[in-house]
Amino acid sequence: MGKNSIIVLKGVLKENPIFVQLLGMCPTLGVTTSAINGVGMGLATAFVLIMSNTVIALVAKLIPDKIRIPSFIVIIAGLVTIVDMSMAAYLPAIHASLGLFIPLIVVNCIVLGRAEAFASKNKVLPSCLDGLGMGLGFTLALTLLGSIREIIGSGKIFDFIIPGLEEYKLLIFVLAPGAFIALGYLIAIVDKLRS
Amino acid sequence: MENKLESNFKNMVLVLLTVTLGIAASVSYVFALTQGPIELVKQEQEADAIRQVVPSFDNNPSADAWRVAVSEGESDNYDYLYTNQEPDSLILYPAKRDGELVGTAVKTFSNNGFGGQVWVMVGFKPDGAVYGYSVLEHHETPGLGTEMIDWFSQTGPGNIIGKNPSVKNLQVKKDGGDVDAITAATISSKAFLDAVNRASAAVSGSVDSYSGATKKVQN
Repeated sequence: MGKNSIIVLKGVLKENPIFVQLLGMCPTLGVTTSAINGVGMGLATAFVLIMSNTVIALVAKLIPDKIRIPSFIVIIAGLVTIVDMSMAAYLPAIHASLGLFIPLIVVNCIVLGRAEAFASKNKVLPSCLDGLGMGLGFTLALTLLGSIREIIGSGKIFDFIIPGLEEYKLLIFVLAPGAFIALGYLIAIVDKLRS
Repeated sequence: MENKLESNFKNMVLVLLTVTLGIAASVSYVFALTQGPIELVKQEQEADAIRQVVPSFDNNPSADAWRVAVSEGESDNYDYLYTNQEPDSLILYPAKRDGELVGTAVKTFSNNGFGGQVWVMVGFKPDGAVYGYSVLEHHETPGLGTEMIDWFSQTGPGNIIGKNPSVKNLQVKKDGGDVDAITAATISSKAFLDAVNRASAAVSGSVDSYSGATKKVQN
């Protein structure tokens, strides 16, 4: 396997931001009330991650060490605002359901975490791929969590009603406690599979 | 990373200034690009919502819209911190067909939602009966409060269509009204009906009597 595909796969499986690094818990628990919200939030974050990693890898050498964090945050916030405005203009339906959470990508610690831990120390291509891998890992985790919560909580998957299951829905899984319960079990399972 | 810029005062000021200016420039560029489309999308959504709640019309309700000042109703300041807007008036959109009024759509709100403000577009027939509604914005609990999108419609358990809020008592049964509240989401149901009643008061011109009624409930 090539070096580049290792970087991408590392983000999806071995160093999955949610299940292994336990970063960005706030959007994870908050948005995943349904599978489609998980996909949308994951892809929006993935896009910001790829862009921010690329830009930061480009300018990292020009930024003095002591002010790197404020500079990174300004760059990330700018990118998120651009994504927010573009989605509102061209993808209004998705923007309507994710609206509140898009500005929160700024404070998602995965984005700053990868900028600090990877992009500022590596070249542009690996950084871009790292963003892609982490973004995919994040999307995968959010979709999985969102699907589980939607199936158990509302008896649907991607808004399609599962026959027979709707009568037995457990509302708690759509509410906040369900997010913690489902995430806890998922982390335990992933941890078992990894060892 | 040997040739990294040194962290002295001059470098730090210059770099931070350049970074912020560069980002500000690109954000303003995208803003200029997207401003038009975003405005169009908003108008389209508004027109869609109006079409859903009044009988078919041939004028442009947004062009004929007017505002009616309202009381804020029961509220706490927390909501304003959260949404950053303090509505003091409702927008009324008259729908006309061949010059005759067939209905009025009202963009109305309530501050009493479980998760903050609830915005609803409610349509009234000229005689004051509810013709239809469409929930524009809410932050209610998924699976509970969100049921309001269908609950109060013709096919829902808490049907309010065809009822006239100034004749019927559109309150949840717990408050002595005629409407079945959403199971396990009484607060969201009350907020929804609060918005509908506020809109009705604005249409019939009895804004003061509504604010009076609100105060009575509070006492």
